[in-house]
Amino acid sequence: MIGVINYRTGNAQSVLFALHHLELDARLVATPEEADGGDVDRFLLPGVGAADVTMASLAERGWVDHLDVRVRQQGAPFLGVCVGLQVLFEHSAEANTPCLGWLPGMVVRFPRGRLRVPHMGWNAVTRRSTHPFVRGLGPAHFYFVNSYYAIPAEDADVAGVTEYGVEFASVVARGNLMATQFHVEKSGPAGLALLSRFARLDPAELVDEMVG
Amino acid sequence: MLTTRVIACFDVKGGRVTKARRFQDNVDVGDAAEVARLLYADGIDEVVFYDITASPQRRRADLDTVRAVAENIFVPLTVGGGVRNLEDMHAVLAAGAEKISIDSMAVRNPALVTAGSREFGRQCMVLSMQVKRGERTATIPSGYEVAIDGARVLTGMDALDWGRRGEELGAGEIVVNSIDQDGTHAGYDLEITAAVADAVGVPVIASGGAGTPEHVARAFTAGASAAIVSSMLYSPRLEQNYTVHDIKQALHDGFGLPVRPTAEAASPR
Repeated sequence: MIGVINYRTGNAQSVLFALHHLELDARLVATPEEADGGDVDRFLLPGVGAADVTMASLAERGWVDHLDVRVRQQGAPFLGVCVGLQVLFEHSAEANTPCLGWLPGMVVRFPRGRLRVPHMGWNAVTRRSTHPFVRGLGPAHFYFVNSYYAIPAEDADVAGVTEYGVEFASVVARGNLMATQFHVEKSGPAGLALLSRFARLDPAELVDEMVG
Repeated sequence: MLTTRVIACFDVKGGRVTKARRFQDNVDVGDAAEVARLLYADGIDEVVFYDITASPQRRRADLDTVRAVAENIFVPLTVGGGVRNLEDMHAVLAAGAEKISIDSMAVRNPALVTAGSREFGRQCMVLSMQVKRGERTATIPSGYEVAIDGARVLTGMDALDWGRRGEELGAGEIVVNSIDQDGTHAGYDLEITAAVADAVGVPVIASGGAGTPEHVARAFTAGASAAIVSSMLYSPRLEQNYTVHDIKQALHDGFGLPVRPTAEAASPR
């Protein structure tokens, strides 16, 4: 059962529609208590809006501590989407926000001037790692909406890249931590395929990956 | 590379898609969720719908229709009509929409754009403006005036100024909808589309008048990031309708524009 974390400004409902369309077991979880029932064995953090609002909302509801235990210590598979990717890093330039720091690196804004910001629309993703999450990911387009992007400090965490003025990490993956800068739930069949892949990954395989 | 975006737009009345010509004389096209599902399967990049009776009836957009559409398409969905406050936005987003389009209400209450942008992020707020071509005057230096309420009321505001102001207020995208071209199938108004695209740093969406894939291509070469099509996809009044595939193939093969291939939309899940 995938627990879709439902917080103030996320688009949890859209994510749930996509998971249910794929006939996957998923439900919205608004608080850690709701995820403690025993059936939730993996987490999806949807993202819409700003990093500071997202972090405040997660902290306020007790998610930061809960996810630290369930995901980082116990190894539950985790998928972050959009801002859900950005908050995995140490710091975001958006409102100068300290983030979860599960992955080393930071989040910066696209340069002002030549580029239209937000980066909005369908852009290509090129696979950059052998992590099981992106195994079989062919060249495809995904739907992006972002003004900020992550710069992982470890190259090995970069699982996919996209070009928009700069080449940036559009997929990151390390062990049981996976995240996409694009909206998997709004990226047509290519996005649904990745969601489906996340839902079916064997946690044991992800731990092996982390060790290997 | 970021591709050109082809957006299907439809007017919804009581859960059904209707097609108007110059904001009048509606004809029935079909069930909104079914029309959206077919367009999704055909490879549309994004869907926008306006609940055209919400504002006149002083109510929210029909949430059952928002949900029915959102459940069946896995590309971004923008909903417009009847948004008066943050609560209305919350309700529409919670029903499965990604973005809120505001038009007349933004003119009446510009602070609403800012409030929505702060609460949900700039990317959520689409400022849609109806523009009417006229004389260049001291108050309307661009020659294009903003209209509201289904193009019936002129505001005395310059379209270019309003576009710039919209970005400052917090809009993440700006739709330029030409009243003169709407429903004519004679092509977008490229002059005002290009002028707004030059003036703002957020993506601009061309709207009103597309009748052929070539019209769509011209919107992109004029500087638009996305183009709204409607009649050319399904209007029973038009002699020739085009599939999304037809349009994208023409954009790519005929004009060398980057597209998201419709083959990616057809691949099995």
